[in-house]
Amino acid sequence: MPHRVSTVTTEITLSKSAHAIPIAPAAVAGPNVRWDELIQDDHVHGSLYTDPTIYQAELRKIWCRTWVYVGHESEVPNANDYVMKSIGPEPILMTRDKSGRINLLHNRCPHRGNRVCMSEKGNARSFTCPYHGWTFGNDGALRGYPFPSGYEGADRSKLGLGKVARVASHRGFVFGSFADEGESLLEHLGAAAAAIDALCMNSPEGEVEVTAGYLKHKVKANWKFLVENETDGYHPSFVHASIFEVAQSGIGTLYDSDSSAVSRDFGKGHTENDLRPEFRKRGVPLSWFGTTADKMPAYVAQMEASYGHDKAREIMIDGTPHIMIFPNLFIAEIQLFVLQPLSVDHTVQHVTAIQFKGAPDINRRLRQQTMGSVGPAGFLLADDAAMYERTQLGVQASNPEWLYLGRGRHRERRDANGYRIGDATDETPSRGIWRHYKSLMEAA
Amino acid sequence: MNTLAPEARALLDEVTQFIYREARFQDDHAYDEWEALWTEDGVYWIPANGEGGDPEMEMSIVYDNRSRIALRIRQFHTGKRYSQSPQSRLRRIVSNIEILNQDGDELLVTSNAMVFESSVRGDIIWASRNEYTLRREGHAMRMARKKVVLVNNETALYSMAFLI
Repeated sequence: MPHRVSTVTTEITLSKSAHAIPIAPAAVAGPNVRWDELIQDDHVHGSLYTDPTIYQAELRKIWCRTWVYVGHESEVPNANDYVMKSIGPEPILMTRDKSGRINLLHNRCPHRGNRVCMSEKGNARSFTCPYHGWTFGNDGALRGYPFPSGYEGADRSKLGLGKVARVASHRGFVFGSFADEGESLLEHLGAAAAAIDALCMNSPEGEVEVTAGYLKHKVKANWKFLVENETDGYHPSFVHASIFEVAQSGIGTLYDSDSSAVSRDFGKGHTENDLRPEFRKRGVPLSWFGTTADKMPAYVAQMEASYGHDKAREIMIDGTPHIMIFPNLFIAEIQLFVLQPLSVDHTVQHVTAIQFKGAPDINRRLRQQTMGSVGPAGFLLADDAAMYERTQLGVQASNPEWLYLGRGRHRERRDANGYRIGDATDETPSRGIWRHYKSLMEAA
Repeated sequence: MNTLAPEARALLDEVTQFIYREARFQDDHAYDEWEALWTEDGVYWIPANGEGGDPEMEMSIVYDNRSRIALRIRQFHTGKRYSQSPQSRLRRIVSNIEILNQDGDELLVTSNAMVFESSVRGDIIWASRNEYTLRREGHAMRMARKKVVLVNNETALYSMAFLI
């Protein structure tokens, strides 16, 4: 067992809800955090979820540095469309300018710092700051300011909206990075790029769309509890027992101890529950979606027309991935979750139904199933959220100080591609997430 | 001064009593009694993002047809619906009840509601405008549609798995 980490702070605080927050969590971060002390092979220290200084370090070393998923190109389909998105806690404006290019802009007037855009989405060639009337093109460039004689000699090219340093997209999924330099998006995605490709194959046109709007579900928990839970194959049998029991859902058996599904660590923090072994065993197209081909004749016909009978059958047996792309994009078979940390103990999940371009009959069911499952009242996610929030409370208890992530370590193995895999319910994904996290936090 | 005709007064009383009863069932987690208030074609809708666009096309917090309402109730009864186990402690005030339209057996009714919720996470106040389609079925009045427009539904919301 790991040793105790000495606690520096012993101040007791009371939350507004009169739930005592026992002892302020071990403030071990300070300026010289030893990440290898806090993150061990099968234990992580509780303060990683509760220490505000660690959260600040994460903003600098993860959210302001790596590629972060922002939005999908289909959310701004036309020239001059825009939508409000985020990178970490910061709001980011995603626009499509008149040339069709996607821009990611900081929502901050370079003059006095006011927010220049206050609506969630719309269509606009320019944004005018209401404070002093400065106007910016939807590519961020300063178009003009009132009474310009007061700015004689100013360099207008330096007075545009801040731009996210790097913008790149893969199959319509737009990512941004605040860092001027670093690995390319494809390097960052690694094997996750192929999972996005596989997702898109489920559309007869080879593209997915995000057109159904978002639910915004807030939880009082650290963002990493959510990241880890997304590919935790151990919890569904318990946390979701209530809905599995009453809704003849085929999901439950995918995550029992006899399941042939595997958990996988792709490296770079990306992890998945690969359910295909179970679906292939069933060998029934659309079983992954809890339905059969005869109930979706139009979709099946479109798929066969696009890919040919055999390939379409293969795609419809395998279904869509269940992958957590670090740090914030979770593709959950039929939903997209975008995770947004707000503070050390508050996180928002933005969630929507994935839509297969050109397939209205399956899209309707994708929306209906998503609505039932996710969001603040969802049959699944409300219960996940209860776990996140109680874990956030529980981890503030002072003994033990550690979380144990050793499940399946003895049977962890490598697949044909060299990725670490474990059984369906093993904690191979969590260990992979923490390995990557440590490498990011240790970097200068 | 405008006064209601006796029949209108009686109808408003009946509607008000119905809505108070529904509120009490919700506050008390009387799931089956609440479910019995629905017509067979009932629709329970809690839009996200304002008034909600077309719920067939856009995400809603809840958009339950009658069978999904029944599923929601069955899930509560398992005792393992952890977002409501332990149950939130609830009390709500319903007010501003108005009958906006009457069309045969159906009434269009609005009200305002404020719900105080105390749960593991802490205490929170929810506020909404509720819109009902109430239908007379024999001697009983039932809900054919209930739309709950949360005042803050354009923001990120905590879980709210209780009945609202």
